[in-house]
Amino acid sequence: MNLRADTLAKIDEVIPHYPVKRSAALPLLHLVQEDQGFISTEAVEWIAAKLGIQPINVYELVTFYPMFRQKPIGRRHIKVCRTLSCAIMGGYRTCAEFQKQFGTGLGEVSPDGEVTVEFVECLASCGTAPVVMIDDHLHEKVDAAKARELSEKIKAEAKTGNR
Amino acid sequence: MPAPEQFRLIFKHIDEPGYTNDLACYVRNGGYEVLRKSVARKPEEIVDEVKKSGLRGRGGAGFPCGVKWTLLDRKSGKPIYLVVNADESEPGTFKDRYIIHNDPHQLIEGIMITCFANKVERAYIYIRGEFPEGARILEKAIAEARAANFCGPNILGTAYGCEIYVHRGAGAYICGEETGLIESIEGKRPYPRIKPPYFPAVLGLYQCPTIVNNVETLCHVKHIADRGGDAYSRIGTPNNTGTRILCVSGHVQRPGYYEFEVGKITMGQLLFDVCGGPLPGRTFKAVIPGGSSAKVLKFGERYKGKRKSGGEMVDYDWGLEDIPMDFDSLAMIGSMGGSGGVIVMDDSVSMVEALANINAFYSHESCGQCTPCREGSLWMKKITSRMVHGDARAEDGALLKSVADQIAGRTICAFGEACAWPTQSFIAKFGDEFKAYPESKKAPRPAAAIELV
Repeated sequence: MNLRADTLAKIDEVIPHYPVKRSAALPLLHLVQEDQGFISTEAVEWIAAKLGIQPINVYELVTFYPMFRQKPIGRRHIKVCRTLSCAIMGGYRTCAEFQKQFGTGLGEVSPDGEVTVEFVECLASCGTAPVVMIDDHLHEKVDAAKARELSEKIKAEAKTGNR
Repeated sequence: MPAPEQFRLIFKHIDEPGYTNDLACYVRNGGYEVLRKSVARKPEEIVDEVKKSGLRGRGGAGFPCGVKWTLLDRKSGKPIYLVVNADESEPGTFKDRYIIHNDPHQLIEGIMITCFANKVERAYIYIRGEFPEGARILEKAIAEARAANFCGPNILGTAYGCEIYVHRGAGAYICGEETGLIESIEGKRPYPRIKPPYFPAVLGLYQCPTIVNNVETLCHVKHIADRGGDAYSRIGTPNNTGTRILCVSGHVQRPGYYEFEVGKITMGQLLFDVCGGPLPGRTFKAVIPGGSSAKVLKFGERYKGKRKSGGEMVDYDWGLEDIPMDFDSLAMIGSMGGSGGVIVMDDSVSMVEALANINAFYSHESCGQCTPCREGSLWMKKITSRMVHGDARAEDGALLKSVADQIAGRTICAFGEACAWPTQSFIAKFGDEFKAYPESKKAPRPAAAIELV
């Protein structure tokens, strides 16, 4: 495992937050995924060893919690809320627009490697529906026109390498 | 009657220009003064104030907070934990998001008062994974509060100390269930525990006595400690005390969050006066009053029965617009106040397709531990999805009901009810629409129709 120094420091900082090491499994999975982009088999084994638990105890978390992934995604992660309040305000159109803009299917890496577009369940911002998260940032009232705008911005940032 | 004015207790500063989420701003606005006063009192007195206040949990079940604290096993000799449920995930609910992002110190002050009252020395804030920014804001706020001696060891010159840690979830709705949440902090799959024996108050986190409270509930604790339980209990209505943040989403002119005294505003006032009524050219069709698992209500239906009023029983005969937005009234008419998430649907929505959307959510989020829920939620999704995308049959409504009726009451946690209630209520209220759906599908779909699943 080739983790960045700051990731390793954060890992050592978080483990003592808990009286039982196993509790740090979720925080470690987040940290490793942020560092590596996804959770590899090697990562599962590394975290298990770090916490003194069996790899299956980590693997069963990766397969249960929707936010962990076992494959790389595009450089930018577009998560469109699929749940009722967003859907009745046009969430499916928003999602279709992002897919069209990047010529990609749901959950796939776009051909240019730039984005992965996904549907996710309720993002808890129903009053400003439809909402979309791009990486860590929430965007509100994203109709198809705003989805085009955001896509253009992502494409422009990809060209300049500035994001 | 026009709607009453908002009563902004928890959301007092939320939209205030210039109000920021740092410690200096909070302290400038009188922040942490209640904690200072509280640590000079006996912990038991604060528990009593909360009992007197009548505060009911704001997460969904509406369980009295003071009672929850009283159930705590204080003689076990084991440490007592506070777990803050910030896993806001019930579709239609978006109140905790604004507390966490815009006024995190209010939450931390509520946490510290609660911890002091219950002799808790370690608290975990379980924040949903989809709030990465919120988690960073909370971590920064805790560090600020710790540096100013409002949390950490020996707070405010006392012998009392308490550490608060932020624990991020990872996208699983079931973590909002308190025992599932506890399993998740323990580093496991969040399979809810069976009660008895695993009541958190006795056998909670690490098998120690544990309080699990919602973010909004803990903010109320601060205001109860400030005003006193009796004074707080005079806000709102009897047995439905305090204020409540109502989150309105869907087809209204002004969706958003609104804070009112509990029970002082009706559904009609909320949707027409406060939220501006339906969108142009549309009419209201249905409303889900307390997060997507609450039973749906239909515009035009009437609710009749007897209710308590000032010690005697009186008849009530309400239209949907007349229902007071409180725990007891919404339960009385067969739904619930739940998490305060009000989802409004107008006449453009097909109820079959809306249910298909809801069923896809619950099927995705069932933890899979109990067969009736895992299989039931999946089949309800498959049936409604087939109705929309494949062949719909007139008898599908009855089939859906037969599946839903076999889930509730047969599972470890309340998710069984949560996933069955939408189907049961949609079929009960809009059964004709389900019967007519196969016919209605033969007509060409209007260009403006929105896809829901």
